[in-house]
Amino acid sequence: MTTAIETSGPSIPTTEPTKRRHVLRRLLSSRGPSNVVLGIIAILWLVPTVSLIIISLRPEADFSVSGWWKVLFSPTSLTFSNYRVLFGQGFVAGGLLDSLMTSLEITVPATLLVVFFACFAGHSLVFGRWRGRDVVFLTIVGLMVVPVQVALIPVVQFYHELGNLFGLNPYGTIPGVIIFHVAFGLPFGIFLMRNFMSGIPKDLLEAARMEGAGEWKVFYRIVLPLALPALASLAIFQFIWVWNDLLVALVFLGGNAHTPLTIFLYDQNRELQANYWIISTGAIVSVVVPLIVFFSFQRYFVRGVLAGAVK
Amino acid sequence: MSESTINVKMRTNGHRSWFRQHAVSLAFLAPAAIWMLFVVIYPTIDTFRLSLFNESATRFLGLTNYKTVFSTDTILTAFRNNVIWVLIFPFFVTTFGLIFAVLSERIRWSTAFKALIVMPIVFSTTASALVWATIFDNSPQIGAVNAAVLAVSDWFNAPGAYPVSTTAGQTVGGLIGSNGHLKQNSSIVSNSSARAGGTIDIGMEDVSPTTLALLKAQDAVKPQPISGAIDGVVWRAFSPTELTNKTDVLPGELGLPLLRLSLVNSQGATVSTTTTTTTGQYEFSNVGKGSYHVELVSSNFSSGFTGVSWLGGSSLTPVSGLGQTEQALLSVPLADMAMIITYLWIWAGFAMVLIGAGLASLNREVLEAARIDGAKEWQVFRKVTVPMLAPVLAVVFVTMIINVLKVFDIVLNMASGSSVNATPTLAVEIYNDGFTGGVHSGVSSAIAVILFLLVVPAMIMNLKRIKGV
Repeated sequence: MTTAIETSGPSIPTTEPTKRRHVLRRLLSSRGPSNVVLGIIAILWLVPTVSLIIISLRPEADFSVSGWWKVLFSPTSLTFSNYRVLFGQGFVAGGLLDSLMTSLEITVPATLLVVFFACFAGHSLVFGRWRGRDVVFLTIVGLMVVPVQVALIPVVQFYHELGNLFGLNPYGTIPGVIIFHVAFGLPFGIFLMRNFMSGIPKDLLEAARMEGAGEWKVFYRIVLPLALPALASLAIFQFIWVWNDLLVALVFLGGNAHTPLTIFLYDQNRELQANYWIISTGAIVSVVVPLIVFFSFQRYFVRGVLAGAVK
Repeated sequence: MSESTINVKMRTNGHRSWFRQHAVSLAFLAPAAIWMLFVVIYPTIDTFRLSLFNESATRFLGLTNYKTVFSTDTILTAFRNNVIWVLIFPFFVTTFGLIFAVLSERIRWSTAFKALIVMPIVFSTTASALVWATIFDNSPQIGAVNAAVLAVSDWFNAPGAYPVSTTAGQTVGGLIGSNGHLKQNSSIVSNSSARAGGTIDIGMEDVSPTTLALLKAQDAVKPQPISGAIDGVVWRAFSPTELTNKTDVLPGELGLPLLRLSLVNSQGATVSTTTTTTTGQYEFSNVGKGSYHVELVSSNFSSGFTGVSWLGGSSLTPVSGLGQTEQALLSVPLADMAMIITYLWIWAGFAMVLIGAGLASLNREVLEAARIDGAKEWQVFRKVTVPMLAPVLAVVFVTMIINVLKVFDIVLNMASGSSVNATPTLAVEIYNDGFTGGVHSGVSSAIAVILFLLVVPAMIMNLKRIKGV
């Protein structure tokens, strides 16, 4: 499951069909129609993204007067003023920049913690010699499909309980969101790391152990460097998953002054007079970060998708 | 060989406990294990307990919450929506993924194409939902879909120059100022009649000044009678100084341009048609014998296409005459379809990547053999490729069922106004019941337990698959 997949397979030689009865059959038998069909699909697929970009670049007043597609005939009316206004507000609570920061404050630790702990756990499950590893692993695989909704209420109560016992209630705080995201990121993370590490030859570790290397040294000298590709896949996947989460943030941060971008957008949309210039500009900002991650590490992302078919 | 060394080691260190022997390895697992134990496993089990208690988790109720779940219309609506999603979405997303994956093997720019299709997965569902909400907007000035429908519908049913919006409470009859009456609720006929050489003037009310400005209306002028013709003026009988005078054309009152008029004989048949000028004047020349009325035809007031409410609460299935519960179970909201289309846009790339990987690992020799045996491309696709891809297609299908059972963000962000009560899914109900206006654990937990049980078959399937790895 974790092998890298090349995006373009070997091309299929086509034979000239003698009779053409079926449309799909025709599509499948020569290259020309494929180009046309996929060209149309590609354009359709681009429409929402293009519209979002244009709406964010149009003056506020234009939104309800004429469709964004009118700009395609007169591109001169585009302006960056929406971005200037929203970024000009600075780091006010509930503003765009503040939400961007909050998103980062949640996503970066939640990603790093999952990557670290999943690596450790993967190492233990693959190279440990204790019995019951398989049972633990299968339990973790089972946990992968548990919907977050199932755990929300008990975790909220658990957080309040922590507050009563230790005076530290994570509810309504950024650490509270991070704790939840890490917990639900771990099953997939461990699954990914364990599967990848299974491919590391055990002899390599035995040799190191024979020379007296401790478990920790074996881990960071041998296993960790070899597991880097899987680690990258996991990091990207977890980053995008946490960055784009709305539900967990709503439950644990709903009333907080500082909220991530998804809540910023959700709140703006729920206003009686929804301001589309704010929504579109905010949506672009929220999309740019994962897009950068995606295009920089596309190969690892695809690998993560292939491994994560069960999430 | 390494196994035997371990055994030797274990025997020599026989006095050490199991735990001490594996302490380091267990310590590697511990942080993740403890974390999951407290925040995934324990809460999941606790939800089962909470579902048997009241809303503040203080009193044991038995299965009462489950009874509530199955007898509350809003929750039944959520079940119905999940069924709609599960029946429609996984099938289409798998089909799209298959088509994209197969066709993209035949183009040179497949890398770019795949990147483009996959891109929406990295967008937040919230952002995607909001973009698509504008695409599906009611107003053809905002929503691209309705703009496209408008362009087509104008071809068949162009709006008149003076559209009357019945939804805004306007009526054609409300436009009559003087010398006119309503005919079959949609056109206006003059009260007075005329013979050749006569005039008929019609006063109108409640015509919007913006419409007139748009049509470049000028001050109304009463024309001179012309022999052999019937002429006159249609004007906006509204003067700020003489509010009650609706019969005379006063200075400053505007003519109604571009009105389509018919000359109607005493039998009620149309004998001639014309259009008013910018001053509201018209002229029917060469009029025959007899007396005639002038009719302002209904197409003048047609509002044409005003937009489909894609995200509204309207149902695709007939629901009139059904009770609340039947409606909750049987209606199929149009908004669900709009959301499913949005979700297809997001997830088709995922299906394409998985199926594409399966395709790349297919044994090409089998495909070649089929071709050499004379199989047509379509036959190869249907009889060889699809059956060989079946395991991958099943994985995509099941993954998408799990995904759709949990669908949340898109509904919360796209439902608006009338569709808020028509579109919730189980995940949305868990949130609404559990977290709006304080935490209420009972019913929300019961729904969560049901959602959990719904994903258990998928869980078992995964375990079976992975045990083989």
